[in-house]
Amino acid sequence: MLRYTLLRILGAIPTLLLVIALAFLMVHAAPGGPFSNERVLPEHVEEKIEKKYRLDEPLPKQFIRYVSGLVQGDLGPSYGYRDYDVDELIAETFPRSLRIGALAITLALLLGMAAGTVAALRQGSWLDKFVMGFSMTGLSIPVFVVAPVLVLLFAVKLHWLPAGWTSQTGISRYVLPVITLALPQIAYIARLTRASMIDVLGRDFVRTARAQGLGTATVVRVHALRPAMLPVLSYLGPAVAAVLTGSVVVEEIFGISGMGQLFVRGASNRDYTLVLGIVITYATLIIALNLIVDILYGIIDPRVRYR
Amino acid sequence: MRAGRGIRVTGGILIVVAITALVGPWISPHDYFTTNFDRPLAPPSLGDMHLFGTDDLGRDLFVRTMLGIRVSLLVAIVASFVSLVIGVAYGAIAGFVGGRVDAAMMRFVDTLYALPFIFFVILLMVAFERNFLLIFVAIGAINWLDMARIVRGQTLGLREREFVEAARLMGASPLRIIFRHIAPNLVGIVIVYVTLTIPQAILVESFLSYLGLGVQEPQTSLGALVENGVKLMESASWALLIPATLLALILMCFNFLGDGLRDQFDARSLS
Repeated sequence: MLRYTLLRILGAIPTLLLVIALAFLMVHAAPGGPFSNERVLPEHVEEKIEKKYRLDEPLPKQFIRYVSGLVQGDLGPSYGYRDYDVDELIAETFPRSLRIGALAITLALLLGMAAGTVAALRQGSWLDKFVMGFSMTGLSIPVFVVAPVLVLLFAVKLHWLPAGWTSQTGISRYVLPVITLALPQIAYIARLTRASMIDVLGRDFVRTARAQGLGTATVVRVHALRPAMLPVLSYLGPAVAAVLTGSVVVEEIFGISGMGQLFVRGASNRDYTLVLGIVITYATLIIALNLIVDILYGIIDPRVRYR
Repeated sequence: MRAGRGIRVTGGILIVVAITALVGPWISPHDYFTTNFDRPLAPPSLGDMHLFGTDDLGRDLFVRTMLGIRVSLLVAIVASFVSLVIGVAYGAIAGFVGGRVDAAMMRFVDTLYALPFIFFVILLMVAFERNFLLIFVAIGAINWLDMARIVRGQTLGLREREFVEAARLMGASPLRIIFRHIAPNLVGIVIVYVTLTIPQAILVESFLSYLGLGVQEPQTSLGALVENGVKLMESASWALLIPATLLALILMCFNFLGDGLRDQFDARSLS
């Protein structure tokens, strides 16, 4: 197990480096400097600015400086927000995004797996059809459509829930953003669980368990749930990626000053260091999560370790 | 044949939507760019032929929505074609060559799966200005992974079949075997998976347009219309609800169609 874990960790490092290099190159290959947005500067001023941000150095040197800063948690100064470092901005906004994202994923796992299991147990019933229909609908409606429609319905028309974030305190302001982010994930996890549960319920060991006289609830809980969970587990990485993507929209619509909103603002201000820093943070998060899933896989299903 | 009915219904809806999007703007007395400040935010009505109402600049939303559908469908087709070419070539080579090359190529695909591509696309859009061609290529380039996996799996199986063996004995080159003998057997499954990548491509394009990184005004797309609708929703809910519903409808139809085709294909390959 230790060997397996170490191998996985070693395998993640080149991926991370690749991501950093790719993002860095993309930003630096961009035509026009980060300050070309502003009014035209006299040449000697521009030179001074470039010198200040060390943009006059050759690219490999800049890259090495960037990576060595990165290792120490330094993402450089923001071009857009004067007097702020990118890491300060991320540290300020990340916890808020994390809380909402984690709530959404938890909700999606609970509801999605429950709905998928029920649908698998009652395969072909109206309940199954309802779950599958809901799932297909949830998968097809983009987050940026769900969010405004929910706001229109529950905040603007019915006044049940707040539309904004900053004017509110307490739990009610979490409801709409979390549901919006969770909805497509509930839909997908329900499908995944249903398919793998149907598969597992048809296996011999489940038949044996039934033959021993165990009730459906016990069979599912003790025997079927663990193997049926594996596909859901490996979906966690993509799920987090999807929630991060969704958070870009959700934070903008609900006015939550999280990392997603920071990303959009940075992108429209051409704040290259900020955008680069956030992309790297996202990628690190997703790679780390995939790593954890891989290791968990090795624990839950020992066969994986020897492949 | 329940799947058959599902395929016919969703396919029919898509064809109707596509034809309306092509013909609608041509029939309507309005165009997509003329502003009319006497009639901003007019609700949908038959009287003056503003079927979907007007936006905050008084532009006809029916024509703009149809234009948006055109853009979405165009992006979907081109981007899916890009992902098809990359995915099939990559998967077929990995599966046919096999061994260590296959392992390395598939490991690379696994690595790419872990990346948050959408953020790279946004980065690309920010760095290189908005560029129609770039959108196509970028969206296509992120959707080829599934295709590569499926095609590789199929090729692995086909490689061992007698007709490939026969072709090899007759001295056919590997490239000839891949294109003349293996590729034709992949057509069915490839069509199924293209149907499933189309909604993904539409989704990415509309997401980019929603963020203001897609097509430029006065051109529009469904994502851009939804974005504008969000701004207007308190005074003109139709500006949000109509494009949002159509986008969801198109995505849902493609998803159902792809699912239905896959089920039918699976059923056939099992029997």
